[in-house]
Amino acid sequence: MSETVNGVTFIILAFASIIGAIGMLTTRNIVHASFWLLEVMVAVGGLYLLLSAEFLAVVQILVYAGAVSVLLLFVIMLTLRRREDSVRPVEISIGGGVLAAVFGTVIYVAIAQYGDRVAEMPDVAPGVAELGELLFTRWALPFEVASLVLLVALVGAVWWSKEEDR
Amino acid sequence: MTEVGPAAFMGLAAVLFTLGLYGAVARKSAVMVLMSLELMAVAVNLNMVALSRFVTPTEMTGQYFAIFTMVVSAAEIGLGLALVLAIYRQTRSVELSAFDSLKG
Amino acid sequence: MSAVLPAIPPVLAAIGLMLANGVVLIYMLRKVLGHLHLRLGPTHVGPKGLVQTTADVLKLLSKEDVTPNGVDRWMYVLAPVVVFVPSLMAYAALPFSETLRITRLETGLLYTFAVLSLVPLGVIMAGWASANKYALIGALRAAAQQVAYEVPLLLSVLPVVMIVGSLDLAEIVAFQTGVWAGVVPRWFVLLLVPSFVLFMISALCELNQTPFDMSEAESELVAGFATEYSSMRFGLIFLSEFSNSFVISALAVVLFFGGWTLPFVPDAVIAPVAPLVFVAKTYVGIFIFMWIRGTLPRVRIDQLMNLGWKWLIPIALAWIMIVGVVVKLAAPGGVA
Repeated sequence: MSETVNGVTFIILAFASIIGAIGMLTTRNIVHASFWLLEVMVAVGGLYLLLSAEFLAVVQILVYAGAVSVLLLFVIMLTLRRREDSVRPVEISIGGGVLAAVFGTVIYVAIAQYGDRVAEMPDVAPGVAELGELLFTRWALPFEVASLVLLVALVGAVWWSKEEDR
Repeated sequence: MTEVGPAAFMGLAAVLFTLGLYGAVARKSAVMVLMSLELMAVAVNLNMVALSRFVTPTEMTGQYFAIFTMVVSAAEIGLGLALVLAIYRQTRSVELSAFDSLKG
Repeated sequence: MSAVLPAIPPVLAAIGLMLANGVVLIYMLRKVLGHLHLRLGPTHVGPKGLVQTTADVLKLLSKEDVTPNGVDRWMYVLAPVVVFVPSLMAYAALPFSETLRITRLETGLLYTFAVLSLVPLGVIMAGWASANKYALIGALRAAAQQVAYEVPLLLSVLPVVMIVGSLDLAEIVAFQTGVWAGVVPRWFVLLLVPSFVLFMISALCELNQTPFDMSEAESELVAGFATEYSSMRFGLIFLSEFSNSFVISALAVVLFFGGWTLPFVPDAVIAPVAPLVFVAKTYVGIFIFMWIRGTLPRVRIDQLMNLGWKWLIPIALAWIMIVGVVVKLAAPGGVA
């Protein structure tokens, strides 16, 4: 991997992810929306590769594309009574638009002011071995807490979605 | 055209986050809201990974934060979808406006 | 652009390999299943029916491409591609020999699993787009079992990764060269028997193979998620299924059977024929899959889910724990 981010690749992936996000928000079909979200996830995985975060890119595909998207599709299909229910009008929310616009402007100003303080991409990019080493030494406690969070979420999800009355 | 700095990644992340924010507020289907939340989480992750590459390349702080964000958002989507399923069984709907049984 | 051009030959080679592999595997499947059923399999086209599948491919290519009414058109067109592309990408990290591979990835093992985890999405896409109840039920069954069994599949290979200390497929192979005590090959299948058993069961399920093939159970669901597909679109889906069984079998060879190496044979002898050794080993694996397919009855979907969640995952976790303790005791301060 070269030590600069390739502009052409970046622009292709950036447009892919933005188009995916817009597609997700403007499509009337909720099944299509989940596939647009999948497209965003894959494009962002590509961006991680550009940033030499190989492990994160693979995990992004494995977790978001492989697991989360399938889960979403399952719930969508379990909560549709008829096939036609998947199509619904796109609600336009002025309040939401204003909120998003204000938020976007604030972030834009912040980036314009402080964004280019670090312009050079440093040369070193450690590999998976270093990532793992640090994860189990310096970040061991957060790692354990994260696994506890996942365990609790797993038990909670099973409990909530159980069929019989409690 | 050949070199992209951190500002470009931050800009992209901001666009994605803003779109996600709009979706989370505007859409009425609970599943769509959860999907928008995922979009926001991904935008935040992208920001952290990009800044980690530019600022702390050897310590990879942002990458660890991104890993933990992924864990949290995976847990969130699992629980969120289980909740949607549970409510769907009672109200036969996934519209947020149908979840108003606590209203006086 | 300079980065794109060198990538073209390997991609073409992978597509060629997929096609050739598909043609050979279909012939092999028919012959193997035929003989297991005390039949002969194809005999008419060519000597011993050898060109039967070639004729079938030509037939498939020349058939009318039917798009049924009421399908979700964009998704219907896109779904075979979404099934096919991940199968193609899965070849990128496979090490056919010391030098013959498309690219060397530090995270090769995880990468292969990640791209294979995209396949269920194409399957759901096909099932949903077809606007057909059989297709949708087949797709959801396939996706449910593939997602459920990805967990034990990944957990089953963790002990190997823990012992080798690398996700690079080539290093996993390198670790398995040579013999212990002059007689026992250093293959992980002998060292980590439970891992191998877990891997095989999960792999069968991941591939929708009998006894776990209720996603396309012919007697219940016509052809599962591919019911509405015809012509080359069906061909793509079919090809990617055979290709996936090649990739999974190749992974089994890399992880448990020493990849392109053979015990007792010096490297200098192997080197010129290493890719052939690798492919031969892979085909033995595929033969075993077919043998199981011809022998075992189909299980029920609830039995399948119980097996995955209540047995395979806990056993895999316990086994990882045991291996972890042993590795730590055997090699304090890091893995050898």
